[in-house]
Amino acid sequence: MSEPRIKTLLLVEDNAGDVRLTQEAFRDANKSVHLHVASDGVEAISFLRREGKYANAPRPDLILLDLNLPKMGGHEVLAFIKNDDGLKMIPTVVLSCSDAEADIEKSYQLQANCYLTKPGLLDAFDTVVKGISDFWLNTAELPEQRRIA
Amino acid sequence: MKPIFPATLLLVEDSPGDVRLTQEAFRDVNLNAPRPDLILLDLNLPKMDGREVLARIKEEHENLKTIPTVILTTSEAEADIDKSYRLQANCYLNKPVELEAFEALVKSINDFWLTKVKLPQQRPVG
Repeated sequence: MSEPRIKTLLLVEDNAGDVRLTQEAFRDANKSVHLHVASDGVEAISFLRREGKYANAPRPDLILLDLNLPKMGGHEVLAFIKNDDGLKMIPTVVLSCSDAEADIEKSYQLQANCYLTKPGLLDAFDTVVKGISDFWLNTAELPEQRRIA
Repeated sequence: MKPIFPATLLLVEDSPGDVRLTQEAFRDVNLNAPRPDLILLDLNLPKMDGREVLARIKEEHENLKTIPTVILTTSEAEADIDKSYRLQANCYLNKPVELEAFEALVKSINDFWLTKVKLPQQRPVG
């Protein structure tokens, strides 16, 4: 089992309501989480590459990625992460409203670590976040945090 | 929680004890269909190492790379965790020695991967 240390999450989500629901659900589910938010694909890449205002951004332990994003879509962000040698080992969970087979298939093709659908109902939203917390943060072994030179 | 569909798993494991424990823990799951919905892969295997199996699934076979592959191993070595994620393992789980902890882990695989996660659709392998 992984030792209880603060885990850094990057949530890539443009919908302010979903950001807030996710933040609140993590607050309830797991005290040892730092949740960072990027509101579009370009911002997510800047965060991960530590560009501009993200020069001191931490390397996330886990990425939660929406698919429908402005500027750069989620599949494109996913392809960027999984083709970058410094980033590809960061577990990337697709969290999308879409349950279209094509979106699911394409995400796994691009090496998403798993695909979860965002439920519409508030209670179900909490359940999904709790599931992510229980499985990814408390059960799975994650790659060790290391500073990227 | 029970899975919402009859899922197919491929367990790659050389220890008969662990195979039996996993089978018993997954009692309800049908293990006969050709294309697995999920692969549980041990790292230390005879003949072909688990890392090589993983690399073949994720790098050599376009039609296999979409199958979520979960590493289930006793190794806690950082190098194994890192390498597995680098080879695009979908996740890495440490196999506990105690029976109760092992059963709890299998239950959490069932609750997460077979209940919450959307898996790629079953299609005949071309």
